[in-house]
Amino acid sequence: MRSHPLMQLTLVKIRDLLREKEALFWVFVFPLLLAVALGIAFRGQEASPVPVGVVAGPGAEALADALRGSDRLIVREFAGEDDAGDALRRGRVAIVVLPGDPPTYWYDPTRQESAYARLATDEAVQRGAGRVDPVHPEAREMTETGSRYIDFLLPGLIGMNLMGTGMWGVGYGIVEYRTKGILKRLAATPMRRGHFLLAQILGRLVFVIAEVAVLLGFGRLAFGVPMRGSYALFVAIAVLGGMAFAGIGLSTAARTKTVEGAAGLIQLVQLPMWILSGIFFSTSRFPEAMQPVVKVLPLTALLDALRGVMLDGAGLAQVAGPLAITAAWGAMAFALALAGFRWR
Amino acid sequence: MSGVPPALACRGLVKRYGDLTAVDGLDLTVEQGECFGLLGPNGAGKTTTVEILEGLLPATAGEVEVLGGTWARDEARLRPRIGITLQETHFPDKAKVREVLELFRSFYPSGPAPGHAMEVVALTEKAESYVKDLSGGQRQRLSVACALVGEPEVLFLDEPTTGLDPQSRRAIWDVVGRFRTDGGTVLLTTHYMEEAERLCDRVAIVDRGRVIALGTPARLVAELGADDVVELNCGELPSADLIAALAALPGVRAARASGATLRLTAVDLHRVLPAILDVLRGSRTTFDDLRTHHPTLEDVFVARTGRHLRDG
Repeated sequence: MRSHPLMQLTLVKIRDLLREKEALFWVFVFPLLLAVALGIAFRGQEASPVPVGVVAGPGAEALADALRGSDRLIVREFAGEDDAGDALRRGRVAIVVLPGDPPTYWYDPTRQESAYARLATDEAVQRGAGRVDPVHPEAREMTETGSRYIDFLLPGLIGMNLMGTGMWGVGYGIVEYRTKGILKRLAATPMRRGHFLLAQILGRLVFVIAEVAVLLGFGRLAFGVPMRGSYALFVAIAVLGGMAFAGIGLSTAARTKTVEGAAGLIQLVQLPMWILSGIFFSTSRFPEAMQPVVKVLPLTALLDALRGVMLDGAGLAQVAGPLAITAAWGAMAFALALAGFRWR
Repeated sequence: MSGVPPALACRGLVKRYGDLTAVDGLDLTVEQGECFGLLGPNGAGKTTTVEILEGLLPATAGEVEVLGGTWARDEARLRPRIGITLQETHFPDKAKVREVLELFRSFYPSGPAPGHAMEVVALTEKAESYVKDLSGGQRQRLSVACALVGEPEVLFLDEPTTGLDPQSRRAIWDVVGRFRTDGGTVLLTTHYMEEAERLCDRVAIVDRGRVIALGTPARLVAELGADDVVELNCGELPSADLIAALAALPGVRAARASGATLRLTAVDLHRVLPAILDVLRGSRTTFDDLRTHHPTLEDVFVARTGRHLRDG
């Protein structure tokens, strides 16, 4: 008739999370909205033409006609340089052409879009002036799924979600228990301390599986995101990652006395990983000198493993390295939390 | 003492927080089967003392023994044998009453079923209510049920009825009564005299971290040596001469002033009251709101400290 305390504690944790309606939004709805928004924003980005500005003056009409000849450009005409400069500054046009002999290209070379616009503009201007291309290469287009931005993004969002919900779901709840004196009351029972901490992590398990299922299912149905490896391995990695971040959340809350303090600490831990771990863009964009730091972060390792299975069809052996890093962080954080936990 | 160790014992207990001394050399012994009350104003060190005895706070100095063991050595053996309510008890807001009891029950090797524990504190119809929807009295009863669910030998109740409606208070008194009938030991803190007089075999009156009076409630009251207490408000601060004159009257045991309030303990009130009035009139002291009552533990506290319990 008496059930196991670890089971009871886990049930309490699951109910706590389930009965918190606002939390359910952040766990399930928010990442979906993010995936939809980003998926739409970046869908077919290559195909959309780039806006180019032409300032009025002698020869402006001929220039504008030449630019209209390119399907990669949209022409906007401006009465004066001031207006055109404003539009350029605010990103409404990617480049401005000032008529003259020769004409002037006005653009920001650090903007990707402007660099692309300069090439397209120059080609149109040269052709308009009578250039004939000496070589006509064939084009072969890649339409296969798995190489698009949304395919890269989805596992990133799954990892980000596992990190966020793991840390908030565990850290916040514990600090609330502490400020309300619930921890102190529990510490006055024969409850085993390790059971309580373990239950915080186990309670997350159900949610990890649900979160991953929702995001994966959505990516598959809405965007046709592929799964090249095994679903079982992918979910197993997600569970490991979710538990590791729950452990990290546990350690951020081990001694924190206020909810505000916990919130700050959780943000502080997440911030470098939001930027460095490759949720939205590849970690290869960071310089070589930073790579050792980037690589050792738990989220980087988790995302490497998730993307490996999902996009490259990797098996357990190929993702063992990143998995070991993720698991090591989780185990270290749990041990730290257990040793330094404050019960009042 | 026959071989049975006391339920609780502490000697020379001291607890300091920086410069503040919360408990200042406190000695207590609570025998098994006894209901013992710690009585005192807010800030007297009652809660600190109790939490040290519960093994939740380390003492700065002194020895503590619980059921013949110490917290440092025997915690695993002692925890299942005690039940506690904290002064301010919270449970997870989004848990139901039944779920909270099932959780606490799971920590103990033996004890009543959660359903039975709910019955004992009359919470059965709230079984499926969320903790956040309970009234203060219901929450406190849940807290008591959680303290009982492990079938403890010693029950610690820290101000179990403070701020409760009379009905919840009586319900908790009944639970304590039944627990004692079954042979349990109780240590409770309170600043309600009625509660202490009604429940406790012995009380210790605590002030500024020390025990200033110890004994059965009846004995402590009797030690005042008075049958009645006379209280009255003077129009101005009473002079030392007036207080001395009143104290010298035959039948007056003691006279004390706190502010403009005069307080006399007396025997044979019917004889001594006219004499008191004569002295007051003779000194041309204006006064009003003269009242008399039989002495209580409150009067014991006032007699020893010159302050009221509820003044804090």
